[in-house]
Amino acid sequence: MMSTYYAGLFADIGILFLGAMSVYIILATGQLSLGNAGFMGIGAYVASFLTVEMHLPLTAALVASALVAAVIGVIVGFPALRLKGIYLAIATLGFGEVVRSFLLNFDRMGGAGGFHGMKHVSLEYIWTWAGLIFLLIVMLERSRLWLEMRAVHDDETAANLVGLNTTMTKVGAFGSGAAVAAISGGLFAHHYVYIEPGNFGFERSIDFVLAVILGGSTVGAGAAVGAALLVLLPEWLRFLADWRLAAFGVLLVLVLLTRRQGILDRPLLDKLRFRRARS
Amino acid sequence: MTVLSLSNVSKSFGGIRALSDVSLSVPEGRIVGVIGPNGAGKTTLFNVITGAYRAASGEVVLGGETITQWPSWRIMRSGVARTFQNIRLFASMTVWEHLLVAQPRQNALWRNALPVSWADAEARTRAEDALTFFGLEQYRDVIARTLPYGIQRKVEMARALTAKPKLLLLDEPVAGMNAEEAADLRTLFRRLNERGLSILLIEHDMPFVMTLCHQLYVLDFGALIAEGTPDEVRTNPLVLDAYLGTEAA
Repeated sequence: MMSTYYAGLFADIGILFLGAMSVYIILATGQLSLGNAGFMGIGAYVASFLTVEMHLPLTAALVASALVAAVIGVIVGFPALRLKGIYLAIATLGFGEVVRSFLLNFDRMGGAGGFHGMKHVSLEYIWTWAGLIFLLIVMLERSRLWLEMRAVHDDETAANLVGLNTTMTKVGAFGSGAAVAAISGGLFAHHYVYIEPGNFGFERSIDFVLAVILGGSTVGAGAAVGAALLVLLPEWLRFLADWRLAAFGVLLVLVLLTRRQGILDRPLLDKLRFRRARS
Repeated sequence: MTVLSLSNVSKSFGGIRALSDVSLSVPEGRIVGVIGPNGAGKTTLFNVITGAYRAASGEVVLGGETITQWPSWRIMRSGVARTFQNIRLFASMTVWEHLLVAQPRQNALWRNALPVSWADAEARTRAEDALTFFGLEQYRDVIARTLPYGIQRKVEMARALTAKPKLLLLDEPVAGMNAEEAADLRTLFRRLNERGLSILLIEHDMPFVMTLCHQLYVLDFGALIAEGTPDEVRTNPLVLDAYLGTEAA
């Protein structure tokens, strides 16, 4: 039996893993979103409303909240994705803040006081979702669709000129990322059984991006590694007491200085696969 | 049958007329060349055809459909493929991936979301064919951008051909190549042409153009000043004056 301490950490990892995957999908098309905590918030509130007030089963509520977030993602994505690079990042950051302040003023769902009444969900349930979505991504990574996303990532103009509808690709990825972020949010709400707008602020969006960048932004498995490190490292560094967050920051910088692409990348995964095949 | 025709196409940038009243056509199964001095508007012409720029006036017709206002991706999915003057390969992709990415999608859209290795035998066959045709087998799993220049050009052409175009646009395909590599490509273009592919190309290398093209157009300061067979163009005094100068006489 796992201790409650580790169970809590693993739940956090699963939720962060989903959030990181939501960023990864969007990043695969070369777009950086700093607003995915906004979609997470939407997912958390919609799913909680559906289970607590509408008495829907959690799985149905999660699917519904993912759809709602995807639609909002597409609506926001169309204008936002005309922007590139840092301008897009700032626009998505703005979106995240809009969602947070909306929730803050939305008294129907508790406003600043937060919302509760959700039923606690098991660790296995969280990881079933994380695992399923991860499998989906691993499959997608081998598809034509993903190649198209990478083409947009590498050279948007050339992608257009080999016949790829780059706008659809980007908006589609943004909507899918929003859906995954919403599932992360729904699970968060039903793990902590209490949510408030502050849970879905800017820092959360940064955590998602950080997990992807640290774990490896070119392979889906990077999101898992990044999420695990982001949750576990500060715990393992507890012996440093007050210095642990500083040490964590230093470690982060060191990793990125030595491996700009993050810890995992395609060549490394291939090498690991080879070794396994030989032994 | 005409694959592509332009009628009275004009395009300006600020006060500069990059193209004025250009009309040309590519008959099916022909290799047509566009020559002209630097800055004559050749690349602008390609950009208008492929929808990267919009023509200010005039009409571009592809296989009977007016495509003047179409977005690039739609034009390129309707039977046109192109290569670039400065090679544009995707930085993260292997040669093999380049040969898959531009292919026509499967009709059942959801199948495009499944792994190519189980869901798209047709795409794999087409990619294998392109690999063999261009002699790229040994580079299959290499990141294309890390290959020598001449090989990269071949990858770009192979990528263009996997889109199953009716018309191939080549923007200075032998720029920066030595005589041997250029001769190699000439043979390759002839073979493609014999299979029924129509080609429109821009090129600076005169001997290459003269020996490959069935028909030539000459652009100077954005306007067509001559057209005809390579022999007709070679002896046209206007062309000699504008472009070829004394060295080709």
